[in-house]
Amino acid sequence: MSIYWFKSIRSVWILLLCLISIPAHAQLNIEIFGGGASRIPIAIVPFADENKLQQSITPIIGADLHRTGLFNLINPAGLSPHAPVEVVYADWVNRGANALVIGRVVALSSEQVEIQFRLMDVAKKSQLTGLAITVPTTQLRAAAHRIADVIYEALTGDVGVFSTRIAYVLKRGNKYALQVADSDGYNAQSIIEYTEPIISPAWSPDGGQLAYVSFENKKPIVYVQTLATRERRAVASFKGSNSAPAWSPDGKKLAVVLSGQGGSQIFLVNADGSGLQRLSKSSGIDTEPSFSPDGRYILFTSDRGGSPQIYRMPVTDSESSNAERLTFEGSYNVSPDYSRDGKSFTFIHRNNGQFNVAVQEVGSRQVQILTNSKFDESPSFAPNGKMILYATEINGHGILSAVSRDGQTRQHLSVQTGDIREPAWGPLPKWK
Amino acid sequence: MRKLLGVSLIVLLSACASQTTQPEVDDLAAGSGAGGGMSSSDLGGSGSGRPGYFSQLNDPNSILSQRSVYYDYDSYTVKGEYRELVLAHARFLRDNASASVILQGNTDDRGSREYNLALGQRRADSVKNMMTLAGARDAQIESVSLGEEKPRALGQGEAVWSQNRRTDILYRGE
Repeated sequence: MSIYWFKSIRSVWILLLCLISIPAHAQLNIEIFGGGASRIPIAIVPFADENKLQQSITPIIGADLHRTGLFNLINPAGLSPHAPVEVVYADWVNRGANALVIGRVVALSSEQVEIQFRLMDVAKKSQLTGLAITVPTTQLRAAAHRIADVIYEALTGDVGVFSTRIAYVLKRGNKYALQVADSDGYNAQSIIEYTEPIISPAWSPDGGQLAYVSFENKKPIVYVQTLATRERRAVASFKGSNSAPAWSPDGKKLAVVLSGQGGSQIFLVNADGSGLQRLSKSSGIDTEPSFSPDGRYILFTSDRGGSPQIYRMPVTDSESSNAERLTFEGSYNVSPDYSRDGKSFTFIHRNNGQFNVAVQEVGSRQVQILTNSKFDESPSFAPNGKMILYATEINGHGILSAVSRDGQTRQHLSVQTGDIREPAWGPLPKWK
Repeated sequence: MRKLLGVSLIVLLSACASQTTQPEVDDLAAGSGAGGGMSSSDLGGSGSGRPGYFSQLNDPNSILSQRSVYYDYDSYTVKGEYRELVLAHARFLRDNASASVILQGNTDDRGSREYNLALGQRRADSVKNMMTLAGARDAQIESVSLGEEKPRALGQGEAVWSQNRRTDILYRGE
């Protein structure tokens, strides 16, 4: 099953890559490790007439579910029901499936199709949920992700994130590209390319803009770029260094780190670059701000206590030296990112020279270290809080990895030549 | 008022520099060989639009041709062996009011990119402080950080890392 899946992915990739004129050797590989003990056994029957489309739907749905580590894909070979009356439940009980996905594709015109799908509960012999979506034939992958979201939500009770996008920096030779891709790594597009470094991409809450730091002018400057128009503006270009942008939850402001007034300190600036206001006040380093989902607090990294640790301060309209220290284990805890429910944050914890992804509950301060690699960086929570995307290194190669919140499942995303780094998981689409 | 003058001088200088074929700031030109094309030093001030002092800055026999300060791990203290170098540049800035520099702090690649950016800033700031104490004007110096993003040496291990923990002194218009 999975071998078949990988092959089909590769051919699609080569096609896509030609379209966006990136060399074909840039193909993205996805590997999956581990998986929880109690995975949901699910069978996905290829939809009627989906083989007439440029892109089959069910392999994408299966790949989405498989990557979470929460599902066990049951081979449907030999059985092909497409409507509830065609389902012989005993067959699926025999194969060990608890859930069954069936459906069909109806061509409405040469440019539009309707995809009908049903999720069946095998034990109860009934339909759990179903959906008919009309999409342009250019949006088949998006439709498949949306169906995978519906299935995921029905079976786990959590919000699905297959329809989200990710941003990251791809370095190849001396070229740096800020790219945006679907959550499964497909449809990668360069937003901007330079021969100077780009770091710290941050999604606006509506997913329409990216803030990032570019070194194109020989020093770090914070830009905001609109994805639809590619239009961009410098929002922090003050004397000294400008970096670490973080959006306020209402999308109206950015927290940025500036060195112009001495040290590296956190400021607030309007999204159009106006209205600069200082927030933190210390003689040390204050950086890597991350807003709480309600916008009332900022998590940040500070060395005010002697070593870099994570602190929390309230967002007020005046500068403050008050902050509550949150991390106490070890001498290096950095790069905090709030979960979307505000109850926990992910960060990088150094232990014995290793840099690992960890999660801490804000209330109980309980810490869990999720990885055992050497050089993990830039952790970013998925919008449903179930996965954490981060950058790591394998054989000196920069790759992206995602780990489940419980540390049980990991997936790697890599390119054959070049390094990927600085990932940021985008918000849920507006219709969610 | 003095501050304002300094700012306008920088603007003038960079306007000048943009007319030359050289990049305004070349962050790889920190080594002494960078000024190799400047042998006809007496003509430096006229014709090309470059101030005459660049010949002095690039004279391999002058300490001013040395442009890098290196640091110990996790430290931003300017070590004794680099004191003379920093002070020489400070005096040069004091004596050449139209000269200005950008100080680029750098780190090795271990740890958070943004935190390293802040550490590199601290290194550049430490050189700036030393220079202003020795008579250079604040407006002549911009300290910035490149963090771990522009390593001089690639790879792992102390021999590589030690080359990347540094502040480079770059003259505007060079």
